[in-house]
Amino acid sequence: MNFTSLFFSHRTLWALAALWMLGMHGAGSAAEVQVAVAANFSAPMQKIAAAFESQTGHRVRTAVGSSGKLATQIKAGAPFDVFLSADSQTPLTLEADGLSVAGSRFTYATGRLALWSRQADLVDAQGAVLRKGNFSYLAIADPRLAPYGAAALEVLKSLGLWPSLQARIVQADSVGQSYQFIASGNAELGFVAWAQVQAPPQTGSVWLVPANLHAPLRQDAVLLQKGKSNPAAQAFLPFLKSPQAQAIILSYGYAIDP
Amino acid sequence: MSVLLSPDDLRSVALTLELAALSTAVLLALTLPLAWWLAHTRSQWRTPIAALAALPLVLPPTVLGFYLLLFWGPDGWGGQLTQWLGLGRLPFTFAGLVLGSVIYSLPFALQPLLHAFEQIGRRPLELAAMLRASPTDAFFSVALPLARPGILTAAVLSFAHTVGEFGMVLMLGGNIDGQTRVVSTQIYGHVEAQEYGQAHALAALMVAFSFAVLLYLQWSRAAKARGAP
Repeated sequence: MNFTSLFFSHRTLWALAALWMLGMHGAGSAAEVQVAVAANFSAPMQKIAAAFESQTGHRVRTAVGSSGKLATQIKAGAPFDVFLSADSQTPLTLEADGLSVAGSRFTYATGRLALWSRQADLVDAQGAVLRKGNFSYLAIADPRLAPYGAAALEVLKSLGLWPSLQARIVQADSVGQSYQFIASGNAELGFVAWAQVQAPPQTGSVWLVPANLHAPLRQDAVLLQKGKSNPAAQAFLPFLKSPQAQAIILSYGYAIDP
Repeated sequence: MSVLLSPDDLRSVALTLELAALSTAVLLALTLPLAWWLAHTRSQWRTPIAALAALPLVLPPTVLGFYLLLFWGPDGWGGQLTQWLGLGRLPFTFAGLVLGSVIYSLPFALQPLLHAFEQIGRRPLELAAMLRASPTDAFFSVALPLARPGILTAAVLSFAHTVGEFGMVLMLGGNIDGQTRVVSTQIYGHVEAQEYGQAHALAALMVAFSFAVLLYLQWSRAAKARGAP
């Protein structure tokens, strides 16, 4: 007895095959783009993907992770067409390795850093809470791995608070986890992406860290070699620069370079 | 090796060994009586408790870490209890990792012990009772020596499993150097930062260690099968 026939009749198999062929050719010019997205941009990306799909008929698949992990996967041959990094450094290294299409790199958003607590009265509008020090844990993303973590470290250093606060810092794997440490109340406050505290529910207290306290959080996008001849990938990057996509990006608190 | 391993890498190795040793000690103290009870009880609670104790075997470590973070946090019962006791909170502390590891590695200590006690059966203990040994005396002078290979397996497995834990530590630890940054999270950090050389050195050490542990277990099983002590 044939193994597959245990599960499917031959008629079902033929029907499935026919459906698959229709899916391949029936949709005409529709193609699929696989986008690797840095964790902090995950929420706006969902909206952008939906808008892109309804406008072009192409399909978007996203893989969310830290920029470092995604870059490692791309170097190992991951099937991504487009990479939206959380920084400008990682796309540069991919370009140097010949993994991205030269000339495709651009800044799609500039992030802002926020100091956030779920307690309504802990963080003040000037960030003076850092000097008062009435907390036991301050969460940041690992500065070695996450650009928002590196920016947080820069802020603490430029305020001259790094030596005194160092012992109270807990490091998260990404800004996503930093948010979780704070949201669960285990760390009273911490640095997250401003975009993360724009999504509801907007609770607690927050300080939008002045942009002059750290290097700009420029987030760059590149077209990867795998996506070079993919029509959906070629259409996606210009869409990311369109007014429609930019409105979504701005609504999450990112800035856009003129 | 110290040429390849940086001081932070070495600190993470030392911390991992300390964590695994402490967790193993706590686990043995906890699972010896539990396994004994499970092996001999006819209580209706036996089945649910055995299932509960096996839960960490199938749960993803991140689930465990996530729930412990909530449970031991300021809103969780566990967190409120530790604060009420004046112990502060457990997440981001070494003590928290030890307790987390105890939960995470519990089945790896319990199963070999349970198996050993079940294999011994009631017969040797009934004989001990006939020779007027008290139950406690019989446990220490008959059951424990007979269960020695099982105890050794339990200790080795819980030590090795604790050394290899990752998802739970990542969730619960906060990656604090010398406090909660163990070898597995250190490797993760190196890979993420694309420091592959340093990642390789530590990862190779892990592979060698794990292989040695499994080799030892196979060897002791083979020795037991041959009838060696």
